[in-house]
Amino acid sequence: MKTHLHLFIAFFRSGMLGFGGGPSAIPLVHKEVVQTFKWMNDDEFSDVLALGNTLPGPINTKMAGYIGYRVAGVLGMINAVLSSIVPSILMMIVLLTTLASFKDQPWVAGMTRGVMPIVVVLMAVLTWDFFKKSKEGLGYKGSIVLLVASFLLIELLHVHPGLLIALLLSYALLKPNKQKKEEKRAKRGVS
Amino acid sequence: MIYWELFLAFFIPGIVGYGGGPASIPLVEYEVVTRYQWMTVSEFSEVLALGNALPGPIATKMAGYIGYEVGGVLGAVVGVFATVAPSLILMITLLGILYKFKESPKVKRMTALVRPTIAILLAVLTFRFLESSYEGAGVWHTLLLLVLGFLLLEKWKVHPAFVILGGLGYGAIFLSF
Repeated sequence: MKTHLHLFIAFFRSGMLGFGGGPSAIPLVHKEVVQTFKWMNDDEFSDVLALGNTLPGPINTKMAGYIGYRVAGVLGMINAVLSSIVPSILMMIVLLTTLASFKDQPWVAGMTRGVMPIVVVLMAVLTWDFFKKSKEGLGYKGSIVLLVASFLLIELLHVHPGLLIALLLSYALLKPNKQKKEEKRAKRGVS
Repeated sequence: MIYWELFLAFFIPGIVGYGGGPASIPLVEYEVVTRYQWMTVSEFSEVLALGNALPGPIATKMAGYIGYEVGGVLGAVVGVFATVAPSLILMITLLGILYKFKESPKVKRMTALVRPTIAILLAVLTFRFLESSYEGAGVWHTLLLLVLGFLLLEKWKVHPAFVILGGLGYGAIFLSF
């Protein structure tokens, strides 16, 4: 029960505070999942985000659904997805059916403008985290090569990011693993 | 029959649209406005404008509201289900397989290899949000909020919830024009 309450809080909070669509809520989901409730570490979160970006469909509900499922099974999945989407859908239906002029209020537009720079800071901090982590995982050379290559492919040649991630994932999985065999031999030798 | 059409109208953008909810909005518009003609272009853009002013993921807000308009509460449920379920099921299946082998060095290498690409994707996203805050709030307000936001979040470790509420309040008072 407590787990379900926590799932609700985590995804309700990140859903209601995410302005600018699902992707803008990723830093908030990261904070809840990795720091507040510690359901995953940074590595796992980054795997989930990577695979989420390879697959089609809205990113926020994919993250919520999978994390909910990992934490508390099918019920957890339903809980997390509903917590992140139902409140905003209800607001939308209520506002559109009662106050059609709501969005024309200058202060509503102002709120959206005021929150954008804050979203930028949150995204930038998460991005910086990923830069640092890629250096730890691959060393300076490897990570700079991959960073530059990804940037060129995605931004200049407009290769689809999902395709690029899929290629990298399959390379990592299919490349024969020499080191592993050597390690095994070494272990056998010792024991 | 309307429910089947609603299902198709949101299933297709959900399964074809890469890059998260916002990327699938033009596909939703095609289904809703051009194919099924449930709304005119201007109605659709009005719903989109309100959706953008509210918090939460955009694709499900659109699916929920349009489904409700077309087929009542059940319509909303069908629209949201069609948007969310297919990609989520795919995700859970694939990650389940991955999780089984998470100690394998191949999976570990996968994590390391894919991280720079994710960093670039996040950087691009950050830049887009920066552009739209520049367009919306102008240079000075954007700079002020960036610096303040950074200090509050990173230096003084204020919870993002309060910083976001602060940004909303600041916008309502100083940026309503």
